[in-house]
Amino acid sequence: TPDPLITEVQDWASGLGDGVDATPYGLPIQFEQDVVRRNVEWLTADTISSINFTPIHALDGTITPQGCAFERHHSGAIELRKEDYRLMINGLVDTPLVFSYADLERFPRENRVYFCECAANSGMEWAGAQLNGAQFTHGMIHNMEYSGVSLRSLLEEAGLAAAGDFKDKWVYVEGADASSNGRSIPLEKALDDVLVAFKANGEALRKEHGYPVRLVVPGWEGNMWIKWLRRIEVMDGPVESREETSKYTDTMADGSARKWTWEMDAKSVVTSPSPQSHITHGSGPLVITGLAWSGRGSITGVDVSIDGGKTWTEARLGAPGVDKALARFYLDVNWDGSEMLLQSRARDSAGYVQPTKAELREVRGLNSIYHNNAIQTWWVKANGEAENVEVS
Amino acid sequence: GTYGLGRPALPEEIAAWNIDVSPDGTGLPVGSGDALTGEEVFAEKCAVCHGDFAEGVDNWPKLAGGQGTLDHEDPLKTVGSYWPYLSTTWDYVNRSMPFGAAQTLEPDEVYAIVAYILYSNDLVDEDFVLSNETFADVTLPNAEGFFVDDRLQSEAHFWKPEPCMADCKDSVEITMRARVLDVTPEETVATEAVVKEAAAEPVAAEPVVEAAAEPVVEAVALDPELVAKGAKVFKKCKACHKVGEGAKNSTGPILNGIFGATAGMVEGFKYSKPMLAAGEDGLVWDEEALAAFLTKPRKFMKGTKMSFAGLRKERDIEAVVSYLRSFD
Repeated sequence: TPDPLITEVQDWASGLGDGVDATPYGLPIQFEQDVVRRNVEWLTADTISSINFTPIHALDGTITPQGCAFERHHSGAIELRKEDYRLMINGLVDTPLVFSYADLERFPRENRVYFCECAANSGMEWAGAQLNGAQFTHGMIHNMEYSGVSLRSLLEEAGLAAAGDFKDKWVYVEGADASSNGRSIPLEKALDDVLVAFKANGEALRKEHGYPVRLVVPGWEGNMWIKWLRRIEVMDGPVESREETSKYTDTMADGSARKWTWEMDAKSVVTSPSPQSHITHGSGPLVITGLAWSGRGSITGVDVSIDGGKTWTEARLGAPGVDKALARFYLDVNWDGSEMLLQSRARDSAGYVQPTKAELREVRGLNSIYHNNAIQTWWVKANGEAENVEVS
Repeated sequence: GTYGLGRPALPEEIAAWNIDVSPDGTGLPVGSGDALTGEEVFAEKCAVCHGDFAEGVDNWPKLAGGQGTLDHEDPLKTVGSYWPYLSTTWDYVNRSMPFGAAQTLEPDEVYAIVAYILYSNDLVDEDFVLSNETFADVTLPNAEGFFVDDRLQSEAHFWKPEPCMADCKDSVEITMRARVLDVTPEETVATEAVVKEAAAEPVAAEPVVEAAAEPVVEAVALDPELVAKGAKVFKKCKACHKVGEGAKNSTGPILNGIFGATAGMVEGFKYSKPMLAAGEDGLVWDEEALAAFLTKPRKFMKGTKMSFAGLRKERDIEAVVSYLRSFD
């Protein structure tokens, strides 16, 4: 039968649409309103000190739109005007300085794409399969193009002669919000590739991502990417703040804990098909796609398994891997309609291969929360529905 | 500097922001406080979330207990069982607590609170006085419990020149399913709600703030400036109270329609006995009662669970009441 959507004149083909000023700043069309950040209520006591998740199951490409990029606040997202913004550099510098927002705009600028992953991403999956969806298991990640100035240029403006030997020196970085979340970073990293960013994906940072200025610490855990950045202190040791001792440390089976686990190891996940993105078209051509990233370099390849890790096929990267940024992979298959145990395995330029859950647990035990970069399995059933499972 | 940008930071400015405390005590201000005093301060400013004995309320962090559990399943990580440095506790309480009123504590209060946390963990006696001088005498039980990232050695086998591509294992069985646990937020509900909302309101692209503010002003003819000011004042209340569409009880009851309501009547919230009794005696939250309560909560109602110290400025109270009325 002929399709009435073709044979009959539709309203949109006859009447008029919105004028140019209908949405001076647009939102996604209403049909995409389920592509939103989501929260897992039982995780935290209050949304003010909590986290939500990027809808990675519904996105494609590599850039995360700011409006659905995950949020993590410790005392809520604050409103800080550019006019009220101050950045202080003090400690072991020649001249402690205060910069205004306008000052920052006058330093030479850089543009870089980096992923930001919370160290707790996939943390709920340490002891077993728990949350049913890539958004919830792997959604504490986003990937944006940042515009800003290098932290090196700001530190050099204050002068580092007073710091002496850089090797054993640190910077302590903190935010302007009520939590004033603070972290210690080795000075060598601070001088390497850390950015003081004020734009993301071409526009001002969103309030929830630290407007007007945040720190970008490429490849390292998201908690170090201080939002509402207000102070940088050059020090001769780490502060050992709450977020680098009681949190973001990895508890081993024997009760000891690993600290300073800053680099986010190579990791990947199939975003579709996945539990929130079932196969609805039946057998035949199927696009298997997902994301891969590494804090130690660029993604050089991703392998996909449909049989729970017995055999692997190299997937195609949407574009060559970028240093410390998300890579998109595709595997185009002809699905025969039978069950799949779908996995992906990332490889990076450092030669690291994403481990299985069993491999990780063998080293770290079951009591960790942070830095779970294990291979994820989706059980895709014959009806196209997918579920988060663990396999032997 | 290379560019001549920025200006020298003044000593007063550095002193105001440079408050971090290092493990050896560098950065501590002069001051002191004992555990018993700390118990009182803690009861007033911390217990609403962390419990009278630092045992934690609901999902809020437990600060005491857990010693000897780090090698067990689900270890309990507290100041006593896990935190390596006392400086971390002092620094965190001083810079980030109380939740919603950060950086309002005097140094002596911080010393007292930290002394009480030590006491709650059976690490000091009740007459123990923590000061910038006794600070170095305290070593936390898990001080030696941490080691620096050794992944390059202990996980060196994850660097593989040629990962397995075929015949990597003999058999594969499903060993665990997420659906069995059933703890995933129900997404279909959220999706349906969004779609319905979109259908009912074709101008979905309007900024949400405007949509919420407009009916408010029309409904009760409140001074919009005062309501806006009240929204700012309400930030002090937000840690415990939710208001507006979709608000739920948390540490405090939701405040939708609180103006003109009888005290202690929000469904599903566990009030203190005095609050319930006041409601039964007919206490209604009118302008006067709210103002009295918000000025000094615990003077107005002895025994209330609300640990808030009170709003000093009359204008703030007026504003926050206007703001709350906008949710009638």
